[in-house]
Amino acid sequence: MIPVVLTAIVGLLVIVSFFVPHGAIAEPAQILQDWAIIIVASGYVLGAANVYKVNGEAAVKMQKDWLYKYVLLGSMTAMIVVGFFFSGGTEFLNEGSPFKWAYDYLYVPMQATMFSLLAFFIASAAFRAFRIRTVDAALLAIAALIVMVGRVPIGKLLTDSLPEVIQLPTMANWLLEWPQNAAKRGIAIGAGLGVMATGLRIILGIERSHMREEA
Amino acid sequence: MAFGDRLEKLDRRWIFLVVALLVLIPLLWPLQLPLAVSGPAKRYYDAIEAVPEGSIVVLAGDYDPASAPELVPMTRSSVTHLFRKNVRIIALQLWEGGPPLVDAILHEVGDEMGKVYGVDYVNLGYKSGREAVMPSFGNSFSRTFPNDYGGKPVSSFPLMRQADNFGATALFVNISAGYPGTKEWVQQVQGRFQVRMVSGSTPVQAPEIYPYLQAGQVLGLLGGMAGAAEYEKSIGVPGPATKGMDAQSSAHLFVVFLILLGNAIYFSRRRAQQGRA
Amino acid sequence: MTSRATRVRMTRRRFPLAFLALGFALLVPFLVAPIACAQDSIAVAATVVPAPVGAVTVMDAPNDRGQEVNVTWTASPDDAARPGSVTAYFVERAPGPDGPWTRVDSVAATTLAETDATEDGQTWTYRVTALGPGGAATPTVSSPVTARASWFNTERVSVLLAMLLFFGLVVFFTSSAQSGKQLFVRRIPGIDAIEEAIGRATEMGRSVLYVPGINDIDDIQTMASLNILESVAKVTARYETPIVVPTNYPVVMTLAQEMVKNGYIAAGRADGYDPNSVRYVTTEQFAYVAAIAGIMLRDKPAANIYLGSFYAESLLLAETGFSTGAIQIAGTAQVAQLPFFVVACDYTLIGEELYAAGAYLSREPRLLGSLKGSDYMKVALIAAMVIGCVLETVGITSFKQFFASQ
Repeated sequence: MIPVVLTAIVGLLVIVSFFVPHGAIAEPAQILQDWAIIIVASGYVLGAANVYKVNGEAAVKMQKDWLYKYVLLGSMTAMIVVGFFFSGGTEFLNEGSPFKWAYDYLYVPMQATMFSLLAFFIASAAFRAFRIRTVDAALLAIAALIVMVGRVPIGKLLTDSLPEVIQLPTMANWLLEWPQNAAKRGIAIGAGLGVMATGLRIILGIERSHMREEA
Repeated sequence: MAFGDRLEKLDRRWIFLVVALLVLIPLLWPLQLPLAVSGPAKRYYDAIEAVPEGSIVVLAGDYDPASAPELVPMTRSSVTHLFRKNVRIIALQLWEGGPPLVDAILHEVGDEMGKVYGVDYVNLGYKSGREAVMPSFGNSFSRTFPNDYGGKPVSSFPLMRQADNFGATALFVNISAGYPGTKEWVQQVQGRFQVRMVSGSTPVQAPEIYPYLQAGQVLGLLGGMAGAAEYEKSIGVPGPATKGMDAQSSAHLFVVFLILLGNAIYFSRRRAQQGRA
Repeated sequence: MTSRATRVRMTRRRFPLAFLALGFALLVPFLVAPIACAQDSIAVAATVVPAPVGAVTVMDAPNDRGQEVNVTWTASPDDAARPGSVTAYFVERAPGPDGPWTRVDSVAATTLAETDATEDGQTWTYRVTALGPGGAATPTVSSPVTARASWFNTERVSVLLAMLLFFGLVVFFTSSAQSGKQLFVRRIPGIDAIEEAIGRATEMGRSVLYVPGINDIDDIQTMASLNILESVAKVTARYETPIVVPTNYPVVMTLAQEMVKNGYIAAGRADGYDPNSVRYVTTEQFAYVAAIAGIMLRDKPAANIYLGSFYAESLLLAETGFSTGAIQIAGTAQVAQLPFFVVACDYTLIGEELYAAGAYLSREPRLLGSLKGSDYMKVALIAAMVIGCVLETVGITSFKQFFASQ
């Protein structure tokens, strides 16, 4: 019962603080927000411990792909040690620090590589899965083609000689500003209500499976 | 096996190879295709242009290296535009990977234009907590970020002594790649503190911001590399985004071709099946 | 000696000249006077102190924590009459009309307002002084003002009313459901497919991969996903199919462990629960995706379930999962990612179908009641939008203004 009551009190306080600017409500709400920041930050210790536990066990027992576990654990430990002990404290991202080297030559390229996979996957998904089976799909395809070509310079080049109202960039902007906006708003309103309903269920203790005691 | 069947079962790595070539070749040999500035990009430019000289602006760079090709040009152009108007910048980031990128831009552009750290710009760095940070920041910059990115107390900077909340600023510029980003800033800060705000975003996130643009909560919007290139054109400083538009053009055309080809194969097979039936 | 005729001729020649000289003499003051006046003005402006500002009005800033006071004043009359005679305004404050005065700000001559930061309950008197090249004018003093924290933000009345209506509807339908009334909820194919997908994984002797999104526990989508995870874990426990749940936030990991454990307990297979089936991977978005892609390509789970908040990695996950031949069910309220899931997955829960899934699976009356309440709230919002559009069209803006409050 205590977790449910605590959830209700905290949830209602934060909701009320949106309407009541007075310090008697705003100050406790601000403190709770500060605590949320601290809790999120401190959770990383828990996460690191779990990574070591799960992957360490698998590596020591030489379970499937155990070598990759050692690579994971080794690189994680190296970054922690470099960041904590060899990078000048708060100046860890200054030019020349080992951490900055790792950031520039490991982290940034790996992130960019993973993100750039999207370009290839979009092409393969477009070829494999985008099929015009219904009228709705046909409308979607036409809109997609107009926006894809209209938003790049080649769209302007192809239709520059036409009246402005039927140039591809104009049509692309119109599609983005009006029909897509209306559809997005509809989904966003529905999703927003879903957020409120779920939040209310949690605050009132109706949805409490995450707080259930062991049977 | 019929040609259509062979195409449908094509190893997708051939598609990957063609995409790679279509992106690489225009980057090496630019086509210099003409660029038109769209309405939302023009509004972004106008909103920054309307900032009075000498004002203070907050810049939140909420992205990481994955989105750097699109968002770093936007950030650089925005900082250039603001510094050109002698506007002072207070920067922060809510993504862990963001601070070095934004810091590098501030220092590079600042050094080029003779700006002094602490007087003309301050980088407050990263704070964990995502959305929880936003209203706290809106209430007090210094309470949320007692130290700057380099660990120095913010009270030691002349700029930070002149602005401690959005009431003292003329505009809020948010360049974001997702969550937390523009949507959360609008929900947590724009309405609550009545902040004038512009946004730069990845092309996937940009359509989500159009409702706020139409409602006037966001005054201008740059969408992806195209938006960044349009803004570079507006301020008269072509940069990496402008160069990237040629590659993006060819890649987009190829995706259009693939959609048409895929459907051509689908319809021909369907007709063949109907003929057999 | 000149003759009389000569004298007359000379006089006649001189006469026009005399008139010209006289005319010029008369004109000179009119030509020179403006210049002299202007110079005088400049000289005067350089030496004359501008007239004081008009009335200074002070007001406690509304709808705040008592930390702001708004000060406005009318411009010094000299500002318009003699351009350049006012260069700035000083704003000062003191605890009382007799001082001691502290400078608050100095603003340009075009600015006629200032917002001063203060504390709740403090009383101040303000004075505004016009400053010109010749010096400072006599300050104009305001009446005292006390900063007070507001107990209610009057600009958010519309939000409060909408929220109360929504809560009322939810409470009404929840109690209605609890009293035994049957509530209709339409079929959601994506949720029905979950059990089918788990069955397929069981037949193939492979595992189920469950990805609860990439946001932390403060995102309601993650909460909704974790609630569904318990039902999924219950089914996998019943079928004795392994489940793998990689998480990317530590708090999500601890909750996910609880949900999976509860699912196994509810299925009567508490001993089958493996704590390592739920693991923390990394908070870094693309490293998380790389790890999940690795799990998919190595372990080849037969069913991939992506429910929660996703961003750019959505297509990476879906395409990689497709390449392994898994059946894929996705659900997110991230509108921007829905197209990728729709294209690449077998079933997709769109927007609030994700939030409805918990109620749909459990069929618990209270959860169904809240679902109904939010549906009726949508009807109310649609009605408000239609009414607003009609009123705007006929030029009545007050309805829109009421909802524009923040």
